[in-house]
Amino acid sequence: MSRSAWKVKSVTASEEAPDWLSRIPKPLHGWILPVVLIAIWQFVSGMGYVSETFLPAPSVIAKSFFTLAASGELFQHIAISMYRAMLGFLLGGTLGLLLGLAVGFGKLAEKTLDPSLQMLRTVPLLAVIPLFILWFGYGEFSKVLLIGLGAFFPVYVNTFLGIRGTDAKLYEVSRIFQYTKLQQVTKLIIPSALPNILLGVRLSLGVSWLLLVVAEMMATNRGVGYMIQDARVYSETEIVFVGIVLFALVGKLSDSAVRLLEARWLLWRDTYRG
Amino acid sequence: MAADMLVVQELNKTFSTPSGTVIALDRIGLQVKQGELITIIGPSGCGKSTLLKIVAGLDTDYEGSVRLNGKQIDGPSIEKGFIFQEPRLFPWLTVEKNIAGNLSLKKPDIREKVTELIELVRLTGFEKAYPRELSGGMAQRVAIARALLRNPDVLLLDEPFGALDAFTRSHMQEVLLDIWQKNRTTMLFVTHDLDEAVFLGNRVVMMNPRPGHIRKVLTIDLPYPRKRASQSFQELRHHVLKEFEKVEEPAIDHGAGI
Repeated sequence: MSRSAWKVKSVTASEEAPDWLSRIPKPLHGWILPVVLIAIWQFVSGMGYVSETFLPAPSVIAKSFFTLAASGELFQHIAISMYRAMLGFLLGGTLGLLLGLAVGFGKLAEKTLDPSLQMLRTVPLLAVIPLFILWFGYGEFSKVLLIGLGAFFPVYVNTFLGIRGTDAKLYEVSRIFQYTKLQQVTKLIIPSALPNILLGVRLSLGVSWLLLVVAEMMATNRGVGYMIQDARVYSETEIVFVGIVLFALVGKLSDSAVRLLEARWLLWRDTYRG
Repeated sequence: MAADMLVVQELNKTFSTPSGTVIALDRIGLQVKQGELITIIGPSGCGKSTLLKIVAGLDTDYEGSVRLNGKQIDGPSIEKGFIFQEPRLFPWLTVEKNIAGNLSLKKPDIREKVTELIELVRLTGFEKAYPRELSGGMAQRVAIARALLRNPDVLLLDEPFGALDAFTRSHMQEVLLDIWQKNRTTMLFVTHDLDEAVFLGNRVVMMNPRPGHIRKVLTIDLPYPRKRASQSFQELRHHVLKEFEKVEEPAIDHGAGI
């Protein structure tokens, strides 16, 4: 009895769900949860139960955001952070792609390079930071290098995986049609490895942002990570939040950019779309 | 009469397995003339696909002589088109790009031939479709067009319609006959479907397993298009069927040649 009653209830619930959702334009669906949470947050802060230094109200954070933006200080921080993250990402990503291709295509490269790289991959990156500081000091170089090292592995591993995932049956087809070695690479292996390579790039971008903050919390006087660290010292919690929101926005934007590429390049994929 | 284009003589092939060596092909002999459509039929394990792979050059580990236009086969090449049981299309390429493959559609002569072939395999309107949008029969027709674009001397088909439903299969057989009658491409067609073998072939090569050998070659004199319901078709079909029923008794002749 109780079982059937439960069933009826769940059916009506699922019928009602799309009703209110359909009134909101589709691109905004992802915004529902954040907006509701911020509204509750603002409301609770307004009641005065929470201390400003512990959790400032969204309106206070927004005000601080605009003050920092108006003074131009914010953009200086963003510019230098973007520069570090992108340079590190490009350095590590490019190297990861090249070595991933080399190891993917060459048995010799696989046997000689891959075991060492796989061993290095298991070392927690944060453990290497003291070494980087000893070797390269606190300058830009050691920051970019740290980000590069982190960005290297996702691209490397996934490129390798993608190449080795090429369908042997399609390879046979390329042999019958007498594809040259170069054609096999450009017309068969790279296109079939592309989904994995792009996944590697996305993961790599994520790691770049993560390590950027770590790198900027080592001694420096510019960058969003520094801004957060500096604000913490003076208990300016709202500025800490401004920094976090910035990371969220830029991270989301860069991820969307790669997903856009995926949508364009991987149109052919026949996968479950939910 | 045209000269023999494909000559197989004294072809032997063994596989080594953990439990010893298995003779996959035993003294196979076969001569195929330019423009012939040969069907090869036999139960699984009779080596018919192995024979086809050797002719394609995909398997070069054999003893004996396999010559195409007088040249010993030592590897895959565009002279030997191959259709697998699955279409094996590149999923990231559209129909027309799959057919073109490593040839450029920007060249006018390639473009023209691709358009012609798409029409021949009845896929006009699907040039820009991706493989995932095609049915099994359509995808297999793309694979056929892809092989024909290279003007192969011989087209090798390894149970190409085996995975299709009965209606699509008989439609595909008609499409293939249509192509054969227009282009006169020499074809070696492996199948396990008796009807298909008799419906398509100028000659039906019957093979038996353990060890894989040619039991008999039957010439089918019926004119195309053949009527499955006709008495002469049924008689020939019956004849082939009886040949295979005999095998259950100990095989008397191990005749390899024709």
